[in-house]
Amino acid sequence: MSSPTLPPGLAIQKADERIMTLNVGPQHPGSGHMRIIVQIDGDYIVACDPDPGYVHRGEEKMAEYRNYVLNIPHLERPVIHDSCNILYPYVLGAEELLGLEVTERAKYIRVIASELNRCVYTMYWLAIYGIFLGHSTMFMWPAGDRELLIDLLEKMTGARVTHSYFIPGGIRNDLPANFEDVCLRQVNYFEKRIKEYADVFYENPILISRTEKTGILTRENAIRLGTTGSVLRASGVDYDVRKKEPYDVYDELDFETNVMKSGDSYARSRIPWLDMMESCRIIRDALQKMPKSGSVRVKLKPNPKGALGSVYKRIESGRGALGCYIVSDKKPEPYRVKLSVPSFRNLIALPHLLIGEKLGNMPSTYWSLNYWPVEADR
Amino acid sequence: MMSSESEKETIEKKPEDSKPFDDKTSEKPAPDKNPTATKPTVAKKLTPAKEEPELPAFEKGIADKIIENFGDKATISFVKPDRVGIKVGRDSVHDVAEFARDVLNYDHVDSVAGVDYPADKEIEVVYHLSSYTDPTLSRQILELATRAQREENPIPGNDATKLPSLRDIFYSVEFHEREVFEMLGVYFEGHPDNRRLLLPEDWADLPPLRKDFRNKGR
Repeated sequence: MSSPTLPPGLAIQKADERIMTLNVGPQHPGSGHMRIIVQIDGDYIVACDPDPGYVHRGEEKMAEYRNYVLNIPHLERPVIHDSCNILYPYVLGAEELLGLEVTERAKYIRVIASELNRCVYTMYWLAIYGIFLGHSTMFMWPAGDRELLIDLLEKMTGARVTHSYFIPGGIRNDLPANFEDVCLRQVNYFEKRIKEYADVFYENPILISRTEKTGILTRENAIRLGTTGSVLRASGVDYDVRKKEPYDVYDELDFETNVMKSGDSYARSRIPWLDMMESCRIIRDALQKMPKSGSVRVKLKPNPKGALGSVYKRIESGRGALGCYIVSDKKPEPYRVKLSVPSFRNLIALPHLLIGEKLGNMPSTYWSLNYWPVEADR
Repeated sequence: MMSSESEKETIEKKPEDSKPFDDKTSEKPAPDKNPTATKPTVAKKLTPAKEEPELPAFEKGIADKIIENFGDKATISFVKPDRVGIKVGRDSVHDVAEFARDVLNYDHVDSVAGVDYPADKEIEVVYHLSSYTDPTLSRQILELATRAQREENPIPGNDATKLPSLRDIFYSVEFHEREVFEMLGVYFEGHPDNRRLLLPEDWADLPPLRKDFRNKGR
């Protein structure tokens, strides 16, 4: 180790010998089916290389073999907790290619389902964020309160998690009787519950001291790296597809977007929580404005053929803008389906956040990216 | 910081003008208006004009700007509400992307999709550009498509299936281009890191999103 020319006690250790490479994941509970290769110098991260792909299932390839309707159940698999939202751009694109017009009531029900799903996803994410930080109450509470909305979605769709609810031309089935009242009651209670999280979690000095001013993503970097969703809005860019390019009936609904300027882990973890309150507002507004009766689904021909051409649709999911690019060659199966998922787009920011950070801040910084490994891999 | 502030200033000016583009481009909608004004007489003679009677003006302005600068190097594939599709050759894709960033204010890439066309012996790579900083472009997607030569027996990275990387223009394409390389075998020249991303390190089969790679049992 020590150089022979130097007297004892003055030996200099080379930086290369100090730096250690750590593999975090893919089975580590703190990474979730992905590996982060970090190099540390003492306690500080000097290099970071995210390595996703452990749960790659070739969803895009599978979509080339199934027709527009049969694609629905498997395309929602990448993120089953947000299954309505991941199907949304695909369904919007398929409708344009198949030339379908959706009824007003179906549009409202889609918005309600999509907002409920956003909350379900965010609660799951929040539960894991809590356990990452060693805050077990924050694991129990969201996991329990999430059940309220899962019950609602089960009433709507018949399935707890994998709903397969959106189809080209509307939704699969109408709402059950008395749904509006139950939904309003549950959502009001849910909103009251999540407001209580402020005391136990978001205003908690321990959480604030651990996440504030760590993993800072500047506004310029957030734009340059093409991040999206809560990561982007935590860095002070007010961009939400629901506002900027409203799809279905979002332009008729009353809601705000949440923007924070600090760009640190705390802001990134707070934005999804604030978004849930806006979701409650959207659901209440949509329940009020929704046509009380009418058809919810256009009858589809068997094996409908898409028009020649391509379409790119995007929506705002629980994690950010989710795009779907479909190429059709007049066959019942799409020629190519490409999902541009927010987790994959936000992953590029991870090295920028972690380099220079302490290793102990890695889990909170990583999960504050609102990252879902299975979605990034597809 | 400097650049973003200057961007903000230009953005603030635009709503006052109530025109989507800055002064240079505001001249352009004028020539566009002329054909629409004279359309009833012209449309009878020209059949293609009939097909596009209601082209969205703003989107057409974007497409015209690119065509004006690059001439026959770029072609418009479609102009739809909020979507503009441009096809460019592999030699000029880098210049067109630079133009889209510096002049048209697109600042990031939403998605990069590779599409295999075995019949044409080509692989298309489609960049979807979008903008966070320019409020007039917040609904817009610019679809920039370019094609690479396709080899029957691919040796990813060591055959003619190559395209210039846009990583130096749009940093956000970094992971997307890595994905296209492993899934379709399109090597991006100038990309600093062309390693595998999603596929296993020992993947030795065809790039899986090529059409001649068949799923088992299908």
